[in-house]
Amino acid sequence: MTLASILTPLPVLIPTIAAAITMVAGRRPRLQQLISLTSLTAVVAVCAVLLYLVDRDGTVAVQVGGWGQSEPGMGPLGITLVADRLSVLMLVVSSIVLLAVVFYAIGQGISDGDERQPVSIFQPTYLVLSAGVCAAFLAGDLFNLFVGFEVLLAASFVLLTIGGSAERVRAGIAYVMVSMVSSLIFLIGIALVYATTGTLNMAEMAVRLDDVPDGTRAALFAVLLVAFAIKAAVFPLSAWLPDSYPTAPAPVTAVFAGLLTKVGVYAIIRAHSLLFPGGRLDNVLMVAALLTMMVGILGAIAQNDIKRLLSFTLVSHIGYMVFGIALGNHLGMSGAVYYVAHHIIVQTTLFLVVGLIERQAGASTLQRLGGLAAASPLLAFVFVIPALNLGGIPPFSGFIGKVALLEAGAQDGSSLAWILVGGSVVTSLLTLYAVTRVWTKAFWRARADAPEGALSNTTPAALIDDDDDIAFADRDDVGRMPVGMLLPTGALIAVGLALTVAAGPIYAYSERAAEQVLDRGQYISAVLKP
Amino acid sequence: MTTYLVPLILIGGLASAGVYLLLERTLTRMLLGLLLVGNAVNLLILNVGGPSGNPPVYGRSSNGSTTDADPLAQGMILTAIVISMGIAAFVLALAYRSYQLTTVEEVSNDPEDTRVAERTDEDILDRDIPDVVPSRDTDAPDELDALPGAEGSR
Repeated sequence: MTLASILTPLPVLIPTIAAAITMVAGRRPRLQQLISLTSLTAVVAVCAVLLYLVDRDGTVAVQVGGWGQSEPGMGPLGITLVADRLSVLMLVVSSIVLLAVVFYAIGQGISDGDERQPVSIFQPTYLVLSAGVCAAFLAGDLFNLFVGFEVLLAASFVLLTIGGSAERVRAGIAYVMVSMVSSLIFLIGIALVYATTGTLNMAEMAVRLDDVPDGTRAALFAVLLVAFAIKAAVFPLSAWLPDSYPTAPAPVTAVFAGLLTKVGVYAIIRAHSLLFPGGRLDNVLMVAALLTMMVGILGAIAQNDIKRLLSFTLVSHIGYMVFGIALGNHLGMSGAVYYVAHHIIVQTTLFLVVGLIERQAGASTLQRLGGLAAASPLLAFVFVIPALNLGGIPPFSGFIGKVALLEAGAQDGSSLAWILVGGSVVTSLLTLYAVTRVWTKAFWRARADAPEGALSNTTPAALIDDDDDIAFADRDDVGRMPVGMLLPTGALIAVGLALTVAAGPIYAYSERAAEQVLDRGQYISAVLKP
Repeated sequence: MTTYLVPLILIGGLASAGVYLLLERTLTRMLLGLLLVGNAVNLLILNVGGPSGNPPVYGRSSNGSTTDADPLAQGMILTAIVISMGIAAFVLALAYRSYQLTTVEEVSNDPEDTRVAERTDEDILDRDIPDVVPSRDTDAPDELDALPGAEGSR
């Protein structure tokens, strides 16, 4: 047993156990918060060590419960967890985000919660979500990936409908239905792949799929791709996302926006490079990527609510990652890997900032906001950095990721790739327009100039919203931004900046990760040990 | 691998009925649709697991068959059943809550979405370039120049 193989199951195990404990400790919110923070800090530490070990020693495959291979070269009998550079990078970034968001949620609960908030189920559900995300990133067989998806989805259903207000129930129903349909399609894909190859282990499946006729392979890939594309919100399967995410409480939306779609992107990367290499559906993916970018960003421009606007930019920027994957070359994949890491951080940060805006100004819609730059220069500062980062302004990580993708597109050189390069640039500029629009309206103009500027929410709420409006002048003074909310937001901004400052080593790492992803042999031999 | 036509027809029937119900707007019908498609997929997994045979337990046989049944397919179905049962319970709770709140258990449109969709160029209240007279004298010292600003926002 090496250290890495002991550490690999822990990102799933720690949150699961912590979820059980917090469930028992439901009446003691302080204890719950302590357990969540400790366990998620431990997960961050474990993932960081794993990152170092995997980068140094190569891919780690763990047979859970010791149900290994019956003979060398055969697929393992039990559940396999695989940690390669890509999955470990995803784990590190997600665990940092998970920790920061739970910190934020606790800070929000302390300053704005009354006896009903924070709801006692929040912490356990959140930890289950964390376990599901980690399980999906570590899954070495297709069915386990499905189970990871289901775990995180089931937890996300509860988090999205927390409090059960009319608006959240409406959004929740659509979200649950779409997610379940995508899960069923995934299950159909699993059944068909199992019928074709007789195995669920992804390494063994990859070997066996090589002997399957091309048409069958393309059909299998297409089924899985539809399932993953719904989860990743790739156009035309993206309409559910801006509909459902904005209604949830700020920390929940933040973590959903950061992580859930990226799990889908991760699954697309795995299916594309490990199971079905050869790029048969690359052109389809390219067109989907282009449409995702354009439709997403045009949708964002039409929105007035900042949360909805950001949800649309989230959809739009998924297109960049799909673009990188579809290019299939090394540069494209490393750009996509870097972009995923960047986008998880920046999108989460922005949603956390919207939570702060909502608390301070009593609204998240541009119809009501104004004068924030004068009211709170600090808030303006924490908004503008991730906003410019999202828009891809040069020193920030968004720029680095986009340049890598553009370069990869130019290297590919096909006409479709050039169209996508153009589309990426346009999308980037339109993103900048969308966030600048938020900036000029919410931060620069006077609140009196906003059409509904006189209205606002009653009081800041932690998890459960109330829909009553009052006159803005009558709203109680909410005071300064609580440190518990500001600190994690600042920390995530710092991580986002670190992606720029340490861009050299981090980009080099994502290049190594991409190399490993594209070279299937490493993954297969780590699992099958021939 | 041999497959039998009857289960395949059954799968197709269940799936198409399920999809039909899923396209409805009533929540209970959607749930039923989800369950039907789920069962169709479970049957599909059972079907791809190969023909029936001996139970995959050492020393047990059934009907004198020579091969073992595939335990993995059954394991997958079991997991899928458990998951869909949990989700069905959650959807029922949601449907009940929706009924409590609105006395209809139908999925309604997203109001913000509808608002954006029905917006016309004329009635955009919040133009990007305002043509209204600003509420204050724009040549006067700006709010930004008088930090910390007590006016405007809090």
